[in-house]
Amino acid sequence: MGDAVIEAAALTKTFTRAGGVLRRRARTAVTAVDAVSFTVRRGEFVGYLGPNGAGKSTTIKMLTGILAASSGSLTVCGLDPSRRRTALARRIGVVFGQRTTLWWDLPLRDSLTLVRRLYRVEAAAHRTRLAELTALLELEPFLATPVRQLSLGQRMRGDLAAALLHDPELLVLDEPTIGLDVVSKATVREFLARINAERGTTILLTTHDLGDIERLCRRVMIIDHGRLAYDGGLGELRRTVGADRVLVVELDRPAPPIALDGIEAERADGPRQWLRLPPAANAAAVIAALAARYDVRDIALRETGIEDVLASLYRGDRAYGRPAPGGQRSSAE
Amino acid sequence: MGVLPWAWWFGFRRHSAYPLGALAEAVTNTAFGFMRAYVLLALWAARPALGGYDAADAVTFCFITQALIGPVQIFGGIDLTERIRTGDVAIDLHRPVGLQGWWLADDLGRAAAALLLRGGPPLLAGALVFPLTVPGPAASAAFAAAVLLAVVVGFALRYLVALSAFWVHDHRGPEAVALVLSLFFSGMILPLVVFPGALGSAAMALPWAALIQVPADVFLGRRTGAGLLGALGFQAGWALVLLGAGALLTRAARRRLVVHGG
Ligand SMILES: Nc1ncnc2c1ncn2[C@@H]1O[C@H](COP(=O)(O)OP(=O)(O)OP(=O)(O)O)[C@@H](O)[C@H]1O
Ligand SMILES: [Mg+2]
Repeated sequence: MGDAVIEAAALTKTFTRAGGVLRRRARTAVTAVDAVSFTVRRGEFVGYLGPNGAGKSTTIKMLTGILAASSGSLTVCGLDPSRRRTALARRIGVVFGQRTTLWWDLPLRDSLTLVRRLYRVEAAAHRTRLAELTALLELEPFLATPVRQLSLGQRMRGDLAAALLHDPELLVLDEPTIGLDVVSKATVREFLARINAERGTTILLTTHDLGDIERLCRRVMIIDHGRLAYDGGLGELRRTVGADRVLVVELDRPAPPIALDGIEAERADGPRQWLRLPPAANAAAVIAALAARYDVRDIALRETGIEDVLASLYRGDRAYGRPAPGGQRSSAE
Repeated sequence: MGVLPWAWWFGFRRHSAYPLGALAEAVTNTAFGFMRAYVLLALWAARPALGGYDAADAVTFCFITQALIGPVQIFGGIDLTERIRTGDVAIDLHRPVGLQGWWLADDLGRAAAALLLRGGPPLLAGALVFPLTVPGPAASAAFAAAVLLAVVVGFALRYLVALSAFWVHDHRGPEAVALVLSLFFSGMILPLVVFPGALGSAAMALPWAALIQVPADVFLGRRTGAGLLGALGFQAGWALVLLGAGALLTRAARRRLVVHGG
């Protein structure tokens, strides 16, 4: 087990919502994270997904020692986060996309200096590292700008640099691409991919941006209502939930719903019809048959994207392919 | 070297980043100083030697008070409160440094900036117009120590009020109570020496006396020798007790901590 960076077993967090001083009895308990178990190994890049309010941020606060778990056990970099918060902080980097570690009134460069002092980075190491991060994240143009004058994308890159100056083993990111434009997103993604590949930094990423996931994560964990609902490969997720392909057929003129060897149009809109292909179907054969029997003007084959898969999982239209019995732990051992 | 001197330095820079705003406050404090000075002069004309002060002492007290408003932040408040309210305290808690020590260093930096930008002007303006009681070198050195301790006690009180935001979700209640106590029992409204009997003794024993009354008495040369040590010891004692309480409350807060926001 030497290479496990995060080990969570039956990790649980319950919040008590007080009903105010006068309504003591109106307290309700919310289990934000419910007996979640998983292991993340050194060098992995894991996407931590789930609908709003699923418990992702709460999990991250426990991982970083900001919140104490209500029950269960948790080890990060070999430490108990809530007891060894300070020691752990020196070994991990965290970015909360909606907040900033930088000092609002100071130039970015000064914030990074203060971070260097906080994490006691040697001067020489700091210089090399800062130069590296400045180049990769393209910080140079705004190093001297007060943080309050930075755009969101610039600030986020500054925050990433601040989180990585002390060369942490584990980087935890809570929505680091929220609100960024496509170019900034691409910069951030490429940067994350590189530090994962080249420095071997383990990364746990929470995001609602599926581009992030498809580009970066080999493994995804999905949490829903506080429970770990899926833990496995991204491709496998598509397959196990039976992600299917849809043929969008455009006919010459409106026609009754197409029926073809057991495949029926599930939707029609004027001359356009949608046919869902069963997993075993041969798309080429179906297209040939369609062209032979109908006046087809155009055909498009659309794969169900990860977005559709997640949407239907979150809505409860589909069951998660397999429960997560401790995720990859068993398979990797 | 640890990070706290840097936190101090950056606190100083952060709070001296807008010198015009600070100077505007200094001007306001100076103007109020003159208004209070004339009220006190009228009072001392009616009751000479009230509380053992002569008229010059009373006016000097008034301008010291105005000069200390900024450094000891007599009206209360600390940026930490807002960070707890919005959940940004998560960032502070993630740093490899204790919460109270970090904020103390930052606040000492703030106080140093306030002393320079907001403390000097009222005292200078007062000295130009009125015959103030001026301390000798020994009393000046003692006054510097007393102001430092006053800032620490002021911080410790405000830190405790800020931490209450972890429990009481509306932080304005504790802040309002703290403000009244701080104005009344520090000597800000009237020197504590004019409070009669038991009220006076009680006021002199409470921590707020360490904020203004004690440094002012040191400045006026009313505490010397053993009395001076007693005065500084009184401030240091409250500083230790309150910082200790802050440490305990920080730990308690961490245990039942609710960090707001996603
Ligand atoms: N401080 C708190 N007090 C009470 N309940 C809380 C608190 N923080 C979070 N919760 C509840 O815990 C649950 C999980 O919240 P969390 O912030 O972890 O969700 P999330 O997965 O990060 O969602 P999002 O995608 O919207 O950021 C929610 O039901 C939320 O209301
Ligand atoms: Mg969240």
